[in-house]
Amino acid sequence: MGYTGKRMPRVDAKDKAAGRAKYAADLCVRDALVAKVLHAERAHALVRSINTDRARQAEGVEAVFTCFDVPKYYFPTAGHPWSTDPEHQDVADRLLLTDHVRFWGDDIAVVVARDELSAVKALRELEVEYEDLPFVLDAQAAMEPGAPQLHEAFPGNVLGHSSIRRGDLEAAIREPGLIRVEGWYDTPTVQHCHIENHNCWAYMEGGRVTVVTSTQIPHIVRRIVGQALGRPWGDVRIIKPYIGGGFGNKQDALYEPLCAWLTTMLGGRPVRIECTREETFHCNRVRHAIRSHIISWVRPDGSFAARKLECWSNQGGYASHGHGIAAKGMNAFPQIYPCDNLECDAWTVFTNLPPAGAMRGYGIPQATFAGEAHIDDVARAIGMSPLELRRKIAMPKGYRDDFSGNVNWSDSFRACMEAGAKATDFERRFAELSKPQTGNIRRGVGMALYWYNTGVWPISLESSSCRMVLNQDGSVQVFTGETEIGQGCDTVYAQMTADAVGIPFESVHVVTVQDTDTTPYGSGAYASRQTYVGGFAIDNTGKILRGKILDYAAKLTKLPAGQLGLREGFIENDRGERLMSLAELATEALYSMEDSRHITAEATAQIKSNAYSFGCSFAEVEVDLRLCRIRVTRLMNVHDCGKLINPQLAEAQVHGGMSMGMGYALSEQLRFDEKTGRPLNGNLLDYKLLTFTDHPRLEALFCENAEPTSPFGTKALGEPPACPPAPAIRNAVLQATGIAFGAIPMTPEKLFRALEEGGGSDV
Amino acid sequence: MYDIRALYEAQTVEEALALRREHPGARLIAGGSDLLIKIRDGKLPDAELISIRGIDSLRGVSLEADGTVRIGPLTSFTELTRDGIIKERLRVLADAAGEVGSPQIRNIGTVGGNICNGATSADTASTLFALDAKLELRGGSGTRLLDIAGFYLGAGRTDVRENELLTGILIGRESWERCHGCYIKYSMRSALDIAVLGCSVNLRLSADGAHIDRLRLAFGVAGPVPSRCPQTELAFAGAPLGEDTARQLARSAVSELSPRDSWRASRAFRLHVAEESAYLAFCECVRRAGGAI
Repeated sequence: MGYTGKRMPRVDAKDKAAGRAKYAADLCVRDALVAKVLHAERAHALVRSINTDRARQAEGVEAVFTCFDVPKYYFPTAGHPWSTDPEHQDVADRLLLTDHVRFWGDDIAVVVARDELSAVKALRELEVEYEDLPFVLDAQAAMEPGAPQLHEAFPGNVLGHSSIRRGDLEAAIREPGLIRVEGWYDTPTVQHCHIENHNCWAYMEGGRVTVVTSTQIPHIVRRIVGQALGRPWGDVRIIKPYIGGGFGNKQDALYEPLCAWLTTMLGGRPVRIECTREETFHCNRVRHAIRSHIISWVRPDGSFAARKLECWSNQGGYASHGHGIAAKGMNAFPQIYPCDNLECDAWTVFTNLPPAGAMRGYGIPQATFAGEAHIDDVARAIGMSPLELRRKIAMPKGYRDDFSGNVNWSDSFRACMEAGAKATDFERRFAELSKPQTGNIRRGVGMALYWYNTGVWPISLESSSCRMVLNQDGSVQVFTGETEIGQGCDTVYAQMTADAVGIPFESVHVVTVQDTDTTPYGSGAYASRQTYVGGFAIDNTGKILRGKILDYAAKLTKLPAGQLGLREGFIENDRGERLMSLAELATEALYSMEDSRHITAEATAQIKSNAYSFGCSFAEVEVDLRLCRIRVTRLMNVHDCGKLINPQLAEAQVHGGMSMGMGYALSEQLRFDEKTGRPLNGNLLDYKLLTFTDHPRLEALFCENAEPTSPFGTKALGEPPACPPAPAIRNAVLQATGIAFGAIPMTPEKLFRALEEGGGSDV
Repeated sequence: MYDIRALYEAQTVEEALALRREHPGARLIAGGSDLLIKIRDGKLPDAELISIRGIDSLRGVSLEADGTVRIGPLTSFTELTRDGIIKERLRVLADAAGEVGSPQIRNIGTVGGNICNGATSADTASTLFALDAKLELRGGSGTRLLDIAGFYLGAGRTDVRENELLTGILIGRESWERCHGCYIKYSMRSALDIAVLGCSVNLRLSADGAHIDRLRLAFGVAGPVPSRCPQTELAFAGAPLGEDTARQLARSAVSELSPRDSWRASRAFRLHVAEESAYLAFCECVRRAGGAI
């Protein structure tokens, strides 16, 4: 392999740095009308009426639509590939606008005006009459008898419940000498905070609807827009240009269906919807808050006799990605630390909070916080070092998961743990800091492992398509349905294509825009799948293209194709001598008066495998007891994500995830007024996303055990970096202060309260 | 997307006062870092604005003959942090200005706007309280001078009357000569944030360097408006320097505060932070004065 594995510069770096890269808003036509949505100011209510008279007469207003005007096509929003099995289809519980308000911010009307200001002013002229309903914000409270009900189809508000039963827990816990360790662990509602707020614009042409949108999943959004409008899916065209991040929020259909419908109601005139940051916080998607209750029955040597897990996932008002998140988190529990006697239950519960959807890690950051905080609680209870305990009980090499077929080919957990422990001098630091500390500043080190999966097989379809087109100069256009969302997939695809075909990196032109009219099908940017699944499609397609090129080369050189090669853009014989350039061949092939060929290749790869991707975090903290401040002084992530395609991009991916994990640990939480359900801090001042100055230098290490199922030896790295930092930091705080935080974020105020209540007295 | 009906631009104080007379409903705008956010939030529909940004005579810092430091209200936070007169005599004010928001906000935001906006959390306000700043307001019928403490009428309300304009922030010689100050901003992150609590201490030591000669303690976000601790200041004048004094003084100071409970922070937590901040800021003042603690 020539280009994969190298620190190639991003193919989009210069355009993005210079401001030339085009995003959805850059492409919008100047005469587009602007639509603004009226968001309900109730957590739970029925809309009795909306008086639109004054709004319709307001200056610049073209149209006003309310929840009473929209078609009754219920549609699902989750960015999953469609399932032809009705049992596995996502819950279709959304309408374009609703008269049953299920969270503060739900969409109840829309104004379309000639400009944004006119639309905003007209919104204030709408008069809404509500019938208030009781509301509930907590997942466990929503399951209680008599709790307010959100959806008729889901009595008791339970969207999903799944469980695992293994062995005989009741018998196992009777074993003499067991130590019972119990803990409750809460993770908060957080938001993705990608840079570019979701925005889209739609128009009609030839009787079809086009939506240009900031999405991670253009092909899936096409299907959802078709469903929401009751139109054939081929009537819808989605164009996805560069986007400013998504982290899973844009792995949902957001305002594309409404925008598409509005243009159909306005004679095909272009209509634009752009979310404000406040709308992004309240009216898009959030990460599920999950409460976990874990009991472990442990032998003095650290091995588990039995374990019990219960978790309650707060879904908010609509199903979106639903139970998949809690289920994924629960399924990791018996894998990361195998145990013969298990009882696990996960519930996903509707509440009157903003709908929770996909967010980087998809249930694993929540499960990792609970699971890894608990492992340190166990280590304390039995007096073993947290590193030693994990060495002993983490998933062994050769472990195979029956459901997914995943195999732990390498001893990734121990390889990553040892690498990180050595680099941070963990064992010595842990022993040193375990001695009694005095003074105002206390120090601690902590660690956490994480479990991850690369794609979604076998729960869902994994397929990826690619098309390559040879140009006359020997360069190649590459089309895939997999999307660049800032993570750098265009660059790694260029590296893979160069190697698969045998051409220079500079000769690969990755077509960054997905246009569902011309781009082959791919499910898009989610899970941590694209480098893995895209790799299959590129490898397959590259081989076909290379075969066609060598076939034509055989004709031109009169040598058997089997004796020919293509390397760095030149046709070579079996002695490695250059016979002609690919440019010469391509020009001849296209313009030949005798045998003209447009050399292209296209292939779909269906991937019926998945790949484990494991690693860990090591954190060191300083806690100022008087000022109630936790400062992370060192943070290191170690990942075994297989062979790195581009080490520089991999490091950047890890740094971003670590930052997200730090915010999760220390400061981020979307808060709601208990009395009304109103969001309190949905803006970037009050929602404490960490700034550059709040971070230590972030360190990333890799253990590169090639993944045998991938043509490029690669596996997940997109989401994993965000999973382990929070529990590692929590565990470091535990060592520093003796306070076993059961909830994040560990804000100064929470530390203050814990200290007031006498926490940390054993330090 | 700003709902602004009209913008009038003044180049001189006189023009600004004339515009105020002509457009009584209009709001003054300097840097706009607070006002534009309110307009964007729809809190000032159909806004009519008088921009004073172009009045160069209201920008910059000067030293008057009697040693008074005069700060033009249009002086930006960035300018304050870099100004020679301020750095030499009022380092604490430069430090406080440097705590505001981000470099971009410090470039656009002005110290006059910071005060006139009336927020208890304003980073320069508590320090100006500790410095006994006087405010010069010019109106149609003349100029009035008032103590900054009297200028704050309530949360978000200040005593800029119709037809008036803040034209100077004055800090007397007695507030900087042989005085040392320290401002501590407590916020949830180290940049781009608003204070959960602000504490500004100003200290002058006795000639022998062993006692407190004059003490000023001011707090932001410890009440609806920035506030001082007059009883503590009086009680500890003359007190000997030392750890005990520092701790007692901090404890005494918080008894004069009344922060509120809100979802941003509880009253108990703010009081705790206020006490720790007062202690640390006082100790830092002593160190800056060349004393030991």
